[in-house]
Amino acid sequence: MIEMKNVSKWYGDFKVLTDCTTKVAKGEVVVVCGPSGSGKSTLIKCVNGLEPVQEGRIVVDGAEVTGSGAKLTKLRAKIGMVFQHFELYPHMSVRDNLCLAQEKVLGRTRKEAEARSETLLTRVGMIDHVAKYPGQLSGGQQQRVAIARALAMDPIAMLFDEPTSALDPEMIKEVLDVMVGLARDDGMTMMVVTHEMGFARKVADRVVFMDAGAIVEDRPTKEFFDAPESERAQDFLSKILQN
Amino acid sequence: MNYNWNWSVLWEPEYFGWLLSGLGWTVSVALCAWVIAIVVGSLVGVGRTLPNKVVSTLCTTYVELFRNVPLLVQMFIWYFAVPEMLPEDAGRWMKRDMPQPEFVTAVVALGLYTASRVAEQVRAGIEAVPSGLKSAATAQGMGVAQVYRYVLLPISFRLIVPPMTSEFLTVFKNSSLALTIGLLELTAQSQQIAEYTFQSFEAYTAATVIYVFIALCATIVMTVLERYTRIPGYVGKGN
Amino acid sequence: MGDFDFDVILNNLPFLWQGLQLSLWLTFLAVLGGIALGTLLALARLSGIKPLAIFAAAYVNLIRSVPLILVIFWFYFLVPLALGRPIGGFYSALIAFVMFEAAYYSEIMRAGIQSVRTGQVHAGQATGLGYWQIQRYIVLPQAFRNMIPILVTQGIILFQDTSLVFVVSLRDLMTASSIVARTEGRLVEMYLFAALVYFVICFSGSLFVRRLQARMTT
Repeated sequence: MIEMKNVSKWYGDFKVLTDCTTKVAKGEVVVVCGPSGSGKSTLIKCVNGLEPVQEGRIVVDGAEVTGSGAKLTKLRAKIGMVFQHFELYPHMSVRDNLCLAQEKVLGRTRKEAEARSETLLTRVGMIDHVAKYPGQLSGGQQQRVAIARALAMDPIAMLFDEPTSALDPEMIKEVLDVMVGLARDDGMTMMVVTHEMGFARKVADRVVFMDAGAIVEDRPTKEFFDAPESERAQDFLSKILQN
Repeated sequence: MNYNWNWSVLWEPEYFGWLLSGLGWTVSVALCAWVIAIVVGSLVGVGRTLPNKVVSTLCTTYVELFRNVPLLVQMFIWYFAVPEMLPEDAGRWMKRDMPQPEFVTAVVALGLYTASRVAEQVRAGIEAVPSGLKSAATAQGMGVAQVYRYVLLPISFRLIVPPMTSEFLTVFKNSSLALTIGLLELTAQSQQIAEYTFQSFEAYTAATVIYVFIALCATIVMTVLERYTRIPGYVGKGN
Repeated sequence: MGDFDFDVILNNLPFLWQGLQLSLWLTFLAVLGGIALGTLLALARLSGIKPLAIFAAAYVNLIRSVPLILVIFWFYFLVPLALGRPIGGFYSALIAFVMFEAAYYSEIMRAGIQSVRTGQVHAGQATGLGYWQIQRYIVLPQAFRNMIPILVTQGIILFQDTSLVFVVSLRDLMTASSIVARTEGRLVEMYLFAALVYFVICFSGSLFVRRLQARMTT
């Protein structure tokens, strides 16, 4: 479903990603982790072309993301993305946040969009807040709405960029529960950048460990946690799992 | 579009002379007004921040009065109305004996108007100084005047150099209003040339080019000043 | 000081009122046009398309270097020439004001657009929205909202600027006051009156802006 081959990226002279190769098969859940500055957020933003790459090839569901002919707008409508800072549109209600792209990109009627929105909001437990504005919601509530907003496009895959990093600890669980539900009940193809190792152990099929812009390890979850091969991964895990 | 182009009119000594003369008046009015603006504006700006209620209210009134009336109206009041409102002798002197009445009036009007804008910048600069610094100085036993002299003013004046650049440039542009009371500054001269030669395009272009040149010079002067007065590592790009 | 004659103001009130109407109408139209053109200029400057960005920057910097009176003279001369026929003074002035104020409004809108978090643009892109859709539904509404106090303040400045149509004898409040002043020989009363009217309108406007700002920061 998602394929990245030899992807390298520079910001000016600074090399952010070095020769990254990985893939996510349909229905797979892949967790990308690593220390700060390892390039994991940048990597996931390359998948739907939000960040351009200078070298390498990315293909999603058979469509090219890299290269000059890429039809990014069409592709992005099929991939859902959830951001660290939620990025709900503050000047729109929860309902309008969900309906905007459905109407303007997918061409659904207002009625169809609202119906779909209501189903999804019920699913994430936010149906009572449909008329509220993002400023009136807590972080955990906003992120759940953001997940519903991404799902409203009926995507074939979902990208999560540190979805719980900006949340207060007591709100992390409600968001992770929604994500676990997506993985288990919907069989959604997911690529998740996160520090939440508990989540990884529960639902991830594979773990990709990054450090300083390169993929250091890419292994099935159980193997990664039981016996990480590289020293850097061992170091990282020991620090993270202490909490 | 029927238009006969003739750029050489600008080089004819007579018209070229007009442009130079206009430029001279523009620069003179702007610089003299700027001096008044800085002096009066600083006093008023500081006055607004003082704890003394009477002083601060007076200064606020000054600012609001001069800011909310268009410069053109102010100039007309100084030129036409003030001589009438003064006692007989002073009024007569203004109308007849004062040298260069258009120039003086323009400078006073523009200066006091710009002073109100400078006052606002100065006030903003003083208020931008972290209040902790004021407390520190006071705690060391400095009186109000000393706090202003050694802490508030030095820092705030350095902070406001960038926005003051724009005020400095604005003074040059606003000097053009002096043409309404008969001062033949740059814009007026370009209009004269346009009327005499019918080469409006060329005339206005000459004025435009000169104003752009003035803007560039003003910006360079202020940029040099800003670099010279910048506090290392304090605001914006440090050293 | 002599006698202050209020009657001259009262007798000419209808004439002065017409002048004020023109000032207000010119201000209103110029604000609309200025914001519209200014927003386009801001978008051009922030777009990735180099020639467009350079053109917009050059236009803004040129206009901001030049006095408004000169711009008025320019358009009074250019507009009839370009159209090939004479055009009403009001329209020439309006075009001059729109072209002039757009440069200032573009700087305001540029700051406004840049004040919107880039994450918002990413969120829009991530759902497949195109550039103009993102501007229209996500960026510009927020940019505009953030900048309302400054936009209104610029409108007040524009209102003061309209007094400059005096130089082309367009009958705004200033010119009307001036005409009455000369024909009736009452310079003091008329110019103080004009100052008063401008003061009341602009001061009220600035109080309104302060209320807006207070409400926006809570």
